[in-house]
Amino acid sequence: MKEIVVISGKGGTGKTSLTASFAVLGGRDLIVADCDVDAADMHLLLEPDFKLTENFYSGVLAKIDQDACIQYGKCADVCRFDAIPVIDGRYIVQPLDCEGCGYCARICPTEAIVMEEQNVGDWYISTIKTGSFMVHARLGIGAENSGKLVAKVKNEAKRIAIEQGKEIVLVDGSPGIGCPVVSSLSGADFVVLVTEPTVSGLHDLERVFQLVNKFGIPAGCIINKADLNLDLTQKIQDFIQKNGIAPIAELPYDEAFTAAMTQGQTIIEYSKGELQQAVQQSWTRIQSFGK
Amino acid sequence: MKIAIASGKGGTGKTTLATNLASRLAEHKPVVLADLDVEEPNSGLFIHGELTHQEDKYKMVPQWKPETCTLCGECQKVCNFHAVVKLANEIMIFPQLCHSCYACSELCPVDSLPMIPEKMGELREFKSGNLTFIESRLDIGQEQAVPLIAQTLRYVDSKYPDTNSKIYDSPPGTSCPVIEATKNADLILLVTEPTPFGLHDLKLAVETIRKLKKPFAVIINRFGIGNDAVLDYCQAENIHVIAKIPNRREIALLYSRGELIYPIVPEFQAELDKIITFIRNMETEASR
Repeated sequence: MKEIVVISGKGGTGKTSLTASFAVLGGRDLIVADCDVDAADMHLLLEPDFKLTENFYSGVLAKIDQDACIQYGKCADVCRFDAIPVIDGRYIVQPLDCEGCGYCARICPTEAIVMEEQNVGDWYISTIKTGSFMVHARLGIGAENSGKLVAKVKNEAKRIAIEQGKEIVLVDGSPGIGCPVVSSLSGADFVVLVTEPTVSGLHDLERVFQLVNKFGIPAGCIINKADLNLDLTQKIQDFIQKNGIAPIAELPYDEAFTAAMTQGQTIIEYSKGELQQAVQQSWTRIQSFGK
Repeated sequence: MKIAIASGKGGTGKTTLATNLASRLAEHKPVVLADLDVEEPNSGLFIHGELTHQEDKYKMVPQWKPETCTLCGECQKVCNFHAVVKLANEIMIFPQLCHSCYACSELCPVDSLPMIPEKMGELREFKSGNLTFIESRLDIGQEQAVPLIAQTLRYVDSKYPDTNSKIYDSPPGTSCPVIEATKNADLILLVTEPTPFGLHDLKLAVETIRKLKKPFAVIINRFGIGNDAVLDYCQAENIHVIAKIPNRREIALLYSRGELIYPIVPEFQAELDKIITFIRNMETEASR
């Protein structure tokens, strides 16, 4: 079983539209994992049925029992996150500031502070329109531990793939270089970097590739909107070549990406002709590199 | 006024708006623009100023002192993040997992885990006329953006307490880094695009901001593509749509080169000025 992870560093490069197309092309041979748990969008194109829904508990937040509190104030002193201000003469934990370290609860002389487990989101197993399965999730508002939810989604997808003898787990990763991305990359066999020929696209590609390189995972690159700025497309090509990244495809700037999305379809279903062929070829290449 | 530019979905035009808005405002008064998307900071590609200050940013993590340690294991017990692990003959520290809460260090009975600084990123400050631009970038391999965002905001607030106009370019999404970047703002501008992904992620962002109880308004970028669902949603929810930036290849091209848009595209400038009018009206109301 191979794990192929699609990431982009920068948002809005077409990563999810392309990953959903690959999911359609892979059909029943692969399991899809939407690890962009912070703003998961793949379900808008793949028609999941939310067959199984589970709560995800991770991390804790402090809560003060006001009846037991003697206004000693040590909790506020030790809190490095300024999460326990005095409001109307009472020590009140601010949930958005509390990191859940539990230091306050350990030193409270009257044991008035309990650490409550947090439901930080939901995760789902769905049958999708390709006839296969997708594992996806929704992170609660402002929640921490998105890296752990990503790990959960990936592990469930892998479990299903092994059970059903599927060869590929296809992962849609999140933007950035922080904990959810690190979690998406861990254990990957091949990384697809989707970028665009803009100064931001190149900048973010360089940063996210440094991270991929730390993991030592082989990578390939798709330059989307390649005809928007040919100078930058050339610079990206140079970067790819210099760093041993496999060139996968250059796709045109095409509003079919948006039109397809508006119809609830993937590019591969919506578009005809050259774009469709190019996406198809990309998937063929990714599969050959991923082997 | 502190204005955070945010969006659920990435790539909708946060940085375009933040850099153009800050530059336009700075034509008449001092402005501080802070790039808080520390994982992938891009504002600096559009703002060209003179580097006036640079500093490394650190987070505090415990360091094990074997000489005095009795291997009692209290540190492992108190760490909720599994960043301190007691093995048979040593204490192992995982700095990436550490939240710098100091519990292990201060609760160690023999003071064997002093906190030491570990570099997590860099802050740089630039000047260009009225505009002060501050960006922080997280070192590759560092997983937690929140501490660096918090330190950057602290730097801005302590160094520029009197600058009225502050613009924060926030990270995408709805999780902890976004909360950190927006929780002290007076106004949040949400940039979206009129597509199903844009709408879906806008709804998540609106839910987040409503939880923060902050005033906010929506800017629709690439207006003309997709469909009317974002407009319909905003109308149904009584959300103020203060500008609609047209979908133009020329804008995409200027952006791709790292150029500001408003000096060149009049329609863009007209929409930008609507946003500025909205901000000014809010400021007038607040000062009454």
